[in-house]
Amino acid sequence: MAKTVKTLDEVTIRFAGDSGDGMQLTGTQFTNTVASLGNDLSTLPDYPAEIRAPAGTTYGVSGFQIKFGSTDILTPGDACDVLVAMNPAALVTNTKILRDGGTIIVNEDAFTEKNFKLAGLTKNPLDDPSLGKYIVHRVAITKLTTNALADMNLSTRFVDKTKNFFALGLMYWMYNRPLDQSIRFIQEKFGGKDTQIAEANLRVMKAGYNYGDTTEVFTTRYDVKPAKLPPGKYRNIMGNVATALGLVAAAKRSGLQLFLGSYPITPASDILHELSKLREFGVKTFQAEDEIAAVCSAIGASYAGALGATTTSGPGLSLKTEAAGLAIMLELPLVIINVQRGGPSTGLPTKTEQADLLQSVYGRNGEAPLCVIAASTPADCFEAAYEAARIAVKFMTPVICLTDGYLGNGAEPWRIPNVEDLPEIPVLFAKDPGTFQPYARDEKTLARPWAIPGTPGLEHRIGGLEKQHITGNIDYDPENHDFMISMRAAKIERIAQDIPVQTLEGEPTGDILVVGWGSTYGAIKSAVTSLREKGRKVTQLHLRYINPFPRNLGDLLKGFTHVLVPEINKGQLISLLRAKYLVNARGFNVVKGLPLRAEEIEMHIESILGGNHV
Amino acid sequence: MSETIQQTASEKLTVKDFQSDQDVRWCPGCGDYSILAQVQRVLPEFPHKKENFVAISGIGCSSRFPYYLNIYGVHGIHGRAPAIASGVKLANPKLDVWVATGDGDGLSIGGNHMIHMLRRNLNIKVLLFNNQIYGLTKGQFSPTSVLGQITKSTPMGVIDSPFIPVSLALGAQATLVARTMDRDPKHLQEMVRRAELHHGTSFVEIYQNCNVFNDGAFFRFTEKESKDDNIVYLNHGKPLVYGKDRSRGVRLNGFTPESVSLVDGKYSVNDLLVHDEKDSTLAFILANMIHNPDMPRPMGVFLAVENPTYEDQLDNQIARAKSKKGEGDLQKLLDGEETWMIQ
Repeated sequence: MAKTVKTLDEVTIRFAGDSGDGMQLTGTQFTNTVASLGNDLSTLPDYPAEIRAPAGTTYGVSGFQIKFGSTDILTPGDACDVLVAMNPAALVTNTKILRDGGTIIVNEDAFTEKNFKLAGLTKNPLDDPSLGKYIVHRVAITKLTTNALADMNLSTRFVDKTKNFFALGLMYWMYNRPLDQSIRFIQEKFGGKDTQIAEANLRVMKAGYNYGDTTEVFTTRYDVKPAKLPPGKYRNIMGNVATALGLVAAAKRSGLQLFLGSYPITPASDILHELSKLREFGVKTFQAEDEIAAVCSAIGASYAGALGATTTSGPGLSLKTEAAGLAIMLELPLVIINVQRGGPSTGLPTKTEQADLLQSVYGRNGEAPLCVIAASTPADCFEAAYEAARIAVKFMTPVICLTDGYLGNGAEPWRIPNVEDLPEIPVLFAKDPGTFQPYARDEKTLARPWAIPGTPGLEHRIGGLEKQHITGNIDYDPENHDFMISMRAAKIERIAQDIPVQTLEGEPTGDILVVGWGSTYGAIKSAVTSLREKGRKVTQLHLRYINPFPRNLGDLLKGFTHVLVPEINKGQLISLLRAKYLVNARGFNVVKGLPLRAEEIEMHIESILGGNHV
Repeated sequence: MSETIQQTASEKLTVKDFQSDQDVRWCPGCGDYSILAQVQRVLPEFPHKKENFVAISGIGCSSRFPYYLNIYGVHGIHGRAPAIASGVKLANPKLDVWVATGDGDGLSIGGNHMIHMLRRNLNIKVLLFNNQIYGLTKGQFSPTSVLGQITKSTPMGVIDSPFIPVSLALGAQATLVARTMDRDPKHLQEMVRRAELHHGTSFVEIYQNCNVFNDGAFFRFTEKESKDDNIVYLNHGKPLVYGKDRSRGVRLNGFTPESVSLVDGKYSVNDLLVHDEKDSTLAFILANMIHNPDMPRPMGVFLAVENPTYEDQLDNQIARAKSKKGEGDLQKLLDGEETWMIQ
């Protein structure tokens, strides 16, 4: 039977199954393949905090969403076109994000009485009339997988573990994607030690592909042309990997040794994993006994002349606050990466949130300013981490670099920079005993000299007690304390002279300015782009630098009738903007542990503009 | 140890080189003065150049120590000196890193960092000033205060069972564990020397008198009239003899040490326990003698064994990775495994 091929601009697919079904692997494989074909893309892994929640339950469902296209893809998609559901629990928890008329592919074999019970269902959800608005394909994935491996004498358990590759193969067929990339992956990953595993996975993936090709159930396949991205060499990259590479690159470009003190915490641990693989770069990773030791070891390493960094997530940042204050007093470079997650307390460890902004800006005892910057997309984590290190070294200060669970685990194509094009990070260690004073300052940056142990004649003591201007000796004098507090604040303010001025996406005046920071970039941009196409006078301003703000920010805010600040918190950036610029901004705040949806932002902007238009 | 960081004969350092220009602000009569003096006396003996010494501390009276030594130093935050020191040592293993801490700083708020540093066996030297009291906060009980001790926060007496620092360090697998006293300068100097010469984490507990909040806590062990009958010096390969006129000794009865007379004809020196600082089981037995009030308090090196240090192993991994994969190529790393071109 002839199959038609339809060309689409963009597609959103969600793979959903049990935590043990390999959905993250399936999603990642699909991502790497579409990336290598030149599609733009954005991904959203959505998995439970439990490693292996009881099989078949709704709370054990692990999902992976990818949006890819020939257009500029800014978010992982508000609604899905296709849902692959490996069991009843995955179906019932995910249908709500499927668009009307969307396609559902289910593993029919998993729709058993036992699994209904585990998912808390009294009847087969496939019989639910509400599925009428979708195209539902019931595929006997388990049976087809078993058949494909019939002559291999494998255990049921083993066979069961390969069925995700059937779903992957079927999706490759449906979206006209070649199998090469995944074949290579399977051969590299399993080929060496156990050729049987490799053989089984390959067979099952091909079986899935051929199933789409030969059965009459699927009449249409789709094609998505490569996106028109700026020219260059690209790779697919996850945010946490990009962060790790940013730190390595900064160390290499500054000539410093990279030292990472870290304690495992979701969703930041992957940065530790990535860096611990890079011993040939001289990277020293130290898995400390706790969050406090992690940051303190990084401070010690910086004191000794390394680029000290620590990676964590919300609760870990809370534990590091006293040490961050010490780094502010010692005036040493320190990069703190906070991959934000749902809070407060343990909160939603595997979900995303932007609620650590005020903690980052203010969360220390005393007057303790430091620099805070944020990454806006998974690939942007590279530049953000690099910039954090550059500022830390230049201004002798801790810098908190905020990413979040969505950025850290999400992926997108990245135009790989040339190493020579990366900004320089000059490092000048103090050497001259004749002129050295521990707390003398550079006129331009107000940074103190970096004098590392091992340098003859510069022996000196520093600590958390207030210190005398210039000499750094302990000093309890009231005037000196007031002076030093102002000096430390002035140093952080000087960073505003060193960073680029803030740019706008859109006109400098208009009805509404949408101000964001961090991972909401894509969702806000989608909403703003859509409204601009409809002729609305909407402009986007997205902040990388939050403390200090860019020096022209106050002026930019003045050009608009309304200022809207969407955030995945209860209004943190907005309180900083209001306090500093007395701007009558309003917030849009949804805190569900998920990225903001472009459609919601768009509707909200419309409702504000509605006063003028409707 | 690289030659570049060692002194040459012509630049022989003296005590004066290690005295900083800061006024020492401990209470007059504090045991800390003696510890500072002995350390300043011993440091010049070591072959390192002065700029390679680093002292790290936390918070407490003892933690002011780095300010008074004219070397590199960080006065950190409460309890975290081991973590800061670990970072210093890992970033530059050539540095000679010392930690000055106290019973509160090192065993209470920083107890976790202490045990983990010990088990990792970084080549860091820990001087733990034990005065069995919180001095800087003016007199609350510490994790080494004795049961029943009356302090500001225990008007009816301490009910917390105290840590025995030596036992804790042994349990944390420290590779050099010693005990000494502020009022025994020669012995204190010797223990500082042993710490310096050890390749691995050294843990030296120093009984230190707080003459303001816990005066005389250790007088039984430090004062002339009672000292001989209450302490026994540990010397590798030597029997445990102590007492006025060296009239008593420690022998092992099974696994239990007991104090015996060497003058009543029943036992001679040949019956006594002979110290072996390589024997970790023996070290635990000696550490536990503290529970028996009839036994003398051991002073000296309980245990000294050689194990690979953390920093050597880390540097070794880096060397291995470089020899296997070559020096890291940043552009290759950024490129990753799968790339594509867009024209």
